[in-house]
Amino acid sequence: MVNYDTRTDKVFNVVNLVTLVIITLLVLYPIWFVLCASISDPVAVNTGKMICWPKDVTFSGYKAVFQDPAVLLGYRNSILYTALGTLVSLAITLPAAYALSRKDLVYVSVFTKFFLVTMFFSGGLIPSYLTLQKIGMVGTIWPVVLVGAVGMSNIVISRTFFISSIPAELQEAAQIDGASNFKIFFRIILPLSKPIIAVMALFSAVGHWNNYFTAMIYLDDDKLKPLQLVLREILMQAEFNAKMVEQGLMDVGDLQESLRLQELIRYSLIVVATLPVMIIYPFIQKYFVKGIMVGSIKA
Amino acid sequence: MTDSSLRTRQSNSHKKWNKIIRNWQLYLFLLPAVVYFIIFNYAPMYGVLIAFKKYNPGAGIWGSPWADPWYKNFTDFFHSAWALTTIRNTLILAIYSFIVGTILPVVLALMINEVRSVAFKKIVQNATYIPYFVSTVVLVGMVNLFFGGSGVINQIIKLFGGQSILFLMKNSIFDDLYVWSGVWQGTGWGSIIYFAALSNASPELHEAAVIDGASRFQRIIHINIPVIVPTFIIMLIMGAGSLINVGAEKVLLMQTDMNLEVSEVINTYVYKVGLVKTNFSLSTAIGLLTNFINMALLLTVNKVSGTVSDTSLW
Repeated sequence: MVNYDTRTDKVFNVVNLVTLVIITLLVLYPIWFVLCASISDPVAVNTGKMICWPKDVTFSGYKAVFQDPAVLLGYRNSILYTALGTLVSLAITLPAAYALSRKDLVYVSVFTKFFLVTMFFSGGLIPSYLTLQKIGMVGTIWPVVLVGAVGMSNIVISRTFFISSIPAELQEAAQIDGASNFKIFFRIILPLSKPIIAVMALFSAVGHWNNYFTAMIYLDDDKLKPLQLVLREILMQAEFNAKMVEQGLMDVGDLQESLRLQELIRYSLIVVATLPVMIIYPFIQKYFVKGIMVGSIKA
Repeated sequence: MTDSSLRTRQSNSHKKWNKIIRNWQLYLFLLPAVVYFIIFNYAPMYGVLIAFKKYNPGAGIWGSPWADPWYKNFTDFFHSAWALTTIRNTLILAIYSFIVGTILPVVLALMINEVRSVAFKKIVQNATYIPYFVSTVVLVGMVNLFFGGSGVINQIIKLFGGQSILFLMKNSIFDDLYVWSGVWQGTGWGSIIYFAALSNASPELHEAAVIDGASRFQRIIHINIPVIVPTFIIMLIMGAGSLINVGAEKVLLMQTDMNLEVSEVINTYVYKVGLVKTNFSLSTAIGLLTNFINMALLLTVNKVSGTVSDTSLW
């Protein structure tokens, strides 16, 4: 494009670029700060000596995190719930979306309506709890794996993708050759839908990994707690130590030492808990913009 | 009914059955989803009945006696000490974050769209998407660490010679912390949806405008903004549909005994009444009420938008 910029346009450009640079720095700074604080001496952090760059580097925060059995167990649980939840989500969503994408499905509108209602009306917290209690799921890992795993929006997004991005002739040709729906689904649809599957898997995985609320409601066994719940207890328990001092279980000197370590642990823990998501992010990043675009096209 | 029409009818239903049987695999594909929605969505809808009952765990949902009068649980909520506070807090948080949260992504998208360097554009986009992947627990944990008495915000204030402020103790800024931490997390992500629309703005239109002497700012106002209006309206309608639904997850984490006056919202109250105080019927009634308000809002905004601007969800 030829550059037609007038003088005001140039001013506009500069202001725009500078503002965007500032926004980007503001967005990234908290993340950068957490990274630095997780390896800096907490004293430096708390006295304002660590603002932009790690100071008095120490790894004792990470050491403590990886020695905490609750954290390790939470990590293991979270991996399990995330893997299972994502698998279930895909295994239910994709076949349903394929069925709804087929023109030869009789009663397609009945099924669509049946699914659609769930987008606008839900029973709410307690009725859901009572239902799962009735079928014996409360206290097991299944609510954490299953609640929210399947949603109509994902079914619609994948259905739209199947219809708009996979040539109908391909399916017709296969059918004329005598291929069953199973075969069409596994041999044609799935291999051609990698972007949308990647996007949905990512979102499902991140959703499961980051969720604490479902686990808080349905689990009470410490051994089953996912990482976010362990994290919540450690990050939100500022008053915990003060109570111990009051009760004479800890003297003030110990408290200061322990507070210092705790502060460090918090930063290290944030990094450790967010790392898996940040690691897969660049791999999937090229897919998700595409996936969201597909979803935004009206069904 | 004539003989022939009866026959075509029979053969029609016969055809239908043939089609269903021939495609039995498709129904098998639908089965898991149907079972899932029955258990996780439809069964709880039946459980909503207890909003009109005096629920007794021993008697079950059906066996529990009806509330007397049937709307007693609803009036109980309005007469409770927390009704006014929770409604007020919910409305403040909802409207505040709705306004900020729908406008800023548009502004960001328009700004990024004006960048010519592809590399710089990519950097800004990817940087602003990252916070979306941070969990709520981590987000609130970061807010607590940053805004605490010796947190980095206070360190920076002191660096410039100011006095440290106990942000987390100040009820007056609870709403700001809630909304702007959400802005940090969601603005970049929210802007994605507008890039597709912006790429639809025709280059010819832009060039014609340039020849007519339009500045970049004028082109944004007269070409780019009209292009994204339909998307914006869709987002607006969907936002209205969950306006009253200030999620309990984040608020619950930000709550302390000191700030309940400004932090208790309907959904956190539903959680506490239901699962902490185990008043199942009252909790369900409050939840049902917000569900209806949301649905009414969605339908109203959708209707209004459909008549005024021709953009609607259906």
